[in-house]
Amino acid sequence: MIGSKRKLILQPQSDPTAIRMSTLTQHELILGLFEAAPTTFLSLRQLGKESFYAQGLPTLKSEEYKFTPLAKKLESNLTEFYPAEQVEISHKQVKSALFPNFKGVVLVFSNGHYLPQLSSTSEGLAVNLLSERENTPLGSIAKIDKDPFVALNQATFTDGLHLSLDKKKALESPILLLQFHQTQGGQVISPRIWIEAGDFSKATIIDYHISLDEAPYFVNKVVEIRGGVHADITYHSIQQENNQVIEVSNLVTDIHPDAQFTSTQITLSGDMIRNNLTLNLLGSNSVGEMFGLYLLHGKTHVDNHTNVDHMVSHAESNELYKGILADQSRGVFNGKIFVRQIAQKTNAFQQNNNILLSDDVIINTKPQLEIWADDVKCSHGCTVGQLDEEALFYLQTRGIDKITAKGLLLYAFAGEVLDKIEEDSLRNYIVNQIQKRLESNF
Amino acid sequence: MLSIKNLHASIEGTPILRGINLEVKAGEVHAIMGPNGSGKSTLASVLAGREEYEVTDGKVLFQGKELLSLSPEDRARKGLFLAFQYPIEIPGVSTTNFLRTALNQVREHRGQEPLDAVKFLSLMKEKMALVEIDQKLLSRSLNEGFSGGEKKRNEIFQMAMLEPVLSILDETDSGLDIDALRIVSNGVNKLKSDKTATIVVTHYQRLLDYIIPDFVHVLYRGRIVKSGTKELALELEEKGYDWIKEEVDSTATI
Repeated sequence: MIGSKRKLILQPQSDPTAIRMSTLTQHELILGLFEAAPTTFLSLRQLGKESFYAQGLPTLKSEEYKFTPLAKKLESNLTEFYPAEQVEISHKQVKSALFPNFKGVVLVFSNGHYLPQLSSTSEGLAVNLLSERENTPLGSIAKIDKDPFVALNQATFTDGLHLSLDKKKALESPILLLQFHQTQGGQVISPRIWIEAGDFSKATIIDYHISLDEAPYFVNKVVEIRGGVHADITYHSIQQENNQVIEVSNLVTDIHPDAQFTSTQITLSGDMIRNNLTLNLLGSNSVGEMFGLYLLHGKTHVDNHTNVDHMVSHAESNELYKGILADQSRGVFNGKIFVRQIAQKTNAFQQNNNILLSDDVIINTKPQLEIWADDVKCSHGCTVGQLDEEALFYLQTRGIDKITAKGLLLYAFAGEVLDKIEEDSLRNYIVNQIQKRLESNF
Repeated sequence: MLSIKNLHASIEGTPILRGINLEVKAGEVHAIMGPNGSGKSTLASVLAGREEYEVTDGKVLFQGKELLSLSPEDRARKGLFLAFQYPIEIPGVSTTNFLRTALNQVREHRGQEPLDAVKFLSLMKEKMALVEIDQKLLSRSLNEGFSGGEKKRNEIFQMAMLEPVLSILDETDSGLDIDALRIVSNGVNKLKSDKTATIVVTHYQRLLDYIIPDFVHVLYRGRIVKSGTKELALELEEKGYDWIKEEVDSTATI
């Protein structure tokens, strides 16, 4: 699939300031990625490249990335910065990756490349490569000037997935995007996904990332979703990759009148992960729901940035992100709610709760409300605390050992988010993974 | 059953218990009374194994074995139960779910088979009747949004489920109206046997109208300063604690 492959060895960090470092290397990074890729989508990619040049990799001085030093991390983990080719995936691998009792459409990816021969489909659902759907307005929802990683993805993607759900089609079982990742020497995976849900359609999509080995790589993903009027789309994203993985995900969705979009972001492992979730509430009576759960241990660093734009009146957004942090992990939450002046009668709620299990963890949490309308109901809150020692003692006095008691409390804490997952096979799988962690004292 | 000898305990360096001696035998009900701040709740907490308290001296034997080195869960498994003065609210954990985990851990310790869902439910129904508690309440998050009376009934319900040999009721009467007091006391009385013992910690005498004590001890400044029978409780009700304080304080200054 890859034509000329250009290897690019990053220079060792010689300059003491990170800013200088990233300006030194970012052009080389992008040039390597850009030139190594085949020439599909060239004009779009050219725009991405220029935008990325203009923005550069974010440094710790960039407000939006000040807690998440991705430039530095990329330098230290990746040695060979070029696009990842697809690796071979077997039927057996696909089968064993499925959640127990999962029934639904399975779409298989290898390093971001869609593999139709291993995938299935369903009536009312059109699955194509992006290159087969020429008129797709890529970049019209996830805009390159909004985030440098969107620009980087647009500069480097070569193809992707186009999902289109027919009008009035309600899929009974979910669509699983099974994304296998494995590279040598830490390469760049640039998945690009466009999802179009027709008016009055309904679907649940599960985006599941799996590492095939313990080697590092960088995933820079962009997902654009357009839900028609009265559409009801649920998007679950499960990040359970190896602890050397760097990942940036940009999910942007336009929500039209009377439509509903629900997102669940579950992060269980990784090295440094940044999730940007943007909901544009374009139509009245539209509803956006954002749920997140991050269970971090080791040195995992997870940064969830969410952004809701209430552009019209009578729309509603509801957000709940919860985190449990152990060892030396780090969490960042930044939730922005933007209510425009015409967006009267907006309901917007946001909550972020964290439990810290060790003295060495760091959490930065920042609710950000910008409200220009005067007749709205908005609330936000965040909590950071330890496990309730009183509750722990209470359970112990009933004969429950400390680890089980801790597990019960943490599970109850996480349960509020897990309960939002309606797909049984997925919820049971996650519950199982969490139980395992809790039994081994997190 | 329980033998407390010269028990000293402090919290953050401040001594609270200053030499408690107490013998409790199977079949007995002991009431521990005393003014606020005398150390009543501390005694209950130390016996249950709360970590914030540091035992600085003395020892406690429970059924002939050293108690203080055991974890709270092991004390519970060996048959010690503390009904909390302020039962904890735990969102997201239902009473049913938590109690089944607890009971099966206790049963495992006693070498009994775990109860399956059906047997657990029928046992639960039997014990629910004792404290007139509704099943709907038990499927809700533990104590969350419960009234004071409901919380205390839930404590006694848990006690009934776990079948302890020694129950310590820490100010179980606080926050109860007369009806709830009667229901809770009835539950406690029905659970009494000649093989079990009860320690009732209370500030007021009125609970002792329902749960009749064999012995009454007055705790003041971290020591048991007076012991007697149920008549002592009535005397305290009538005269308050001041005469005991005066008695103790005057001897202490000599």
